[in-house]
Amino acid sequence: MSTLTAGQELPEQSFQVRRSDLIRYAGASGDFNPIHWSDRIATQVGLPGVIAHGMFTMALAARAVAAWTDGAEVVEFGCKFTNPVVVPDDDQGVAVVFTGTVKEVADGLATIVINARCGEAKVLGMPKAVVRA
Amino acid sequence: MAIDQDIVGRSYPQTRPYRVTEQKLREFAGATGAQYDGTVPATFPIVLAFDAMFAFLDAEGIELSRIVHGDQKFSYERPVRLDDLLTATLSVATLRSIGGNDIIGTRSEVRDESGALVCTTAATLVHRGAEA
Repeated sequence: MSTLTAGQELPEQSFQVRRSDLIRYAGASGDFNPIHWSDRIATQVGLPGVIAHGMFTMALAARAVAAWTDGAEVVEFGCKFTNPVVVPDDDQGVAVVFTGTVKEVADGLATIVINARCGEAKVLGMPKAVVRA
Repeated sequence: MAIDQDIVGRSYPQTRPYRVTEQKLREFAGATGAQYDGTVPATFPIVLAFDAMFAFLDAEGIELSRIVHGDQKFSYERPVRLDDLLTATLSVATLRSIGGNDIIGTRSEVRDESGALVCTTAATLVHRGAEA
């Protein structure tokens, strides 16, 4: 690759998140924090309910980046977790939607700024990936 | 319970060596709805960083359910590869207290068998104080 050019808008990627996905991710990542599976514990510590692992949402963002860049090597990847993704205990779950913009392409590296939303809420703050272009 | 300022600059025990296997990569990719295609997912080193974080929480007697992840960054020296044997070591870079919460800045270095740095992960952990 790459066909990435500065200013390029990257198409929307939407992923549905259900409780079962959080359980599966807990097992795969080793993060068994009960705020990601127990409403009782989540509300005890002041959260609105079970929330997705920030790292799960970030992993979805990485999936979006991989799709946009045809699996380019990631050199840097970071974000803040600004709003929790509250995952209801139902069959539909909740959608997390990613869009991206290529901010810069220089010295063989492309910088992609990502926008991650759940409903109206921005769930990741300043998510940015630098990939080898 | 506020966390003692003494922890700034402290390093915690290195994690046990972790072998990157194809089964684990399939499991990790699958858990995010992706398919392992030979490329290690960009957030995979969190598995090691998480082990290192446990060593830290254990050592300081901090309850996991009071921890919320504030931010996360991965900086790669090289991609993680299948069959890598990796360790992670966490150190505390910063500590601030805001509104009864402790904001802990941590850094974990992920190294391979030869000791070469593969990836640095930085995480801010928000420790939610107990309700008064």
